[in-house]
Amino acid sequence: MSFINYSSREINCKIVYYGPGLCGKTTNLQYIYNKTNPEAKGKMISLATETERTLFFDFLPLSLGEIRGFKTRFHLYTVPGQVFYDASRKLILKGADGVIFVADSQDTRREANIESVENLVHNLAAHGVGLDKLPYVIQYNKRDLPEIASVEDLRAELNTLGVPDYEASAKMGKGVFETLKGLSKLVLTKLAREG
Amino acid sequence: MIQQLVMYEEELQQINRICEVLHRDSNARAVLVIDKNGQAIASAGDVQELDVTSLSSLTAGNVAATGGIASLLAEKEFAGQFHEGEKTNVHISIIGARVILVVLFDERSSLGLVRLRVRKASVELVVVLDVLVKKSQSGSQPSVFSEITDDDIDNLFND
Repeated sequence: MSFINYSSREINCKIVYYGPGLCGKTTNLQYIYNKTNPEAKGKMISLATETERTLFFDFLPLSLGEIRGFKTRFHLYTVPGQVFYDASRKLILKGADGVIFVADSQDTRREANIESVENLVHNLAAHGVGLDKLPYVIQYNKRDLPEIASVEDLRAELNTLGVPDYEASAKMGKGVFETLKGLSKLVLTKLAREG
Repeated sequence: MIQQLVMYEEELQQINRICEVLHRDSNARAVLVIDKNGQAIASAGDVQELDVTSLSSLTAGNVAATGGIASLLAEKEFAGQFHEGEKTNVHISIIGARVILVVLFDERSSLGLVRLRVRKASVELVVVLDVLVKKSQSGSQPSVFSEITDDDIDNLFND
C-alpha cells in the first residue's frame, strides 16, 4: 500500500521479492545495497537464522529521486523462501505495491519455482489481490550457472501472464537493477493511472 | 486495487501535536506513529539518534507477526505489546486498526503512566485518522499523480 505524504512531499511504495528457497532474493538486495550511494539508501536489515537463511524478512529502504517535486522512496522486502515459513510470507506480502518473482534457473529447481508461483497466487488471494492486477515482473536468476533451463522453457512454465521478465545473475550483479527498474516503472505507472 | 494512505499537512500537524503532548505527559524518550506497513508517519522527542526507518519496518513486522499469532489463536488482535529492556522499554499499540503508536521510555517514566497517556492519545489519533480516511476517499483533494506523465517516470530512471 503506497503512502503519499503531501506534507513532506514523499511517495513511499513497498516492493516484495518472492521466490523459492535459495533462489537469490537476499542476494538481489545485497547487491542493490552495495552498489547504491550512501545518501540514497538506509540500513539493510536481515532477520536471518544462524546459517544466514532468511527467517522473517530482509528490508532495504531506497530513494529513487524526485518526480514533480515528490521524493520517491521504495521499501524493498524479501520473504523467506523455505516452504514452512508460509505464514511469514503471507504477512510480508500484505500491502505490497509490486512483486518481483525471483526464479532459480537451475534444472533441479523447476518444480520449486512452479510451487512458489502457485504459493504467491494463493497468498495474494488471501489478501484479496489477483496477480494479474498487481505490478509484477519475473527475474530468471543464476544464468551464470551450468545445467540451467532455457529462458524459453522457464517463460513457458512461469510467465503465463506475459509480464516483463529479466535474465540475471544476482551474485555478479547482472540484471539486478534492470529488474528493479522494470518493476518500479510499473508501480509508478499504476499509481499515476489510478490517481 | 491499491489502497493508499494519504497524509495532508493539516492532519500531520495534528498528529505531530498529539505525539508531542504524549511525549511530554508520559515523560517518554520518544514517540513514533507508524503505518501498519512500516512507513514512519510522525515522531516526537529524542529521535535524532534513532534509525526511525528501520525501527518502523521492524515494529510493523513485529505487529504483523503478533497479529498472525492472534488469528491462529482465534483472537481478533492483540491491541498492545510491551518490551522491557535494561535501559529502554517499548510500548506498542495499534490505533484504529490502521497505525501503530510506539512509546520508548526509560526509568524516568513507568508502564502505568505510559499506558494512561497512550489511552488519551489513542482517542485523539482515531479522530484524526477518521478525517484522513474520509478526506482521501472523497477525492476532494487534487492528486499528485494526476500530473505525473510517463515521461516523468522514464526520466526518473534515465541516469
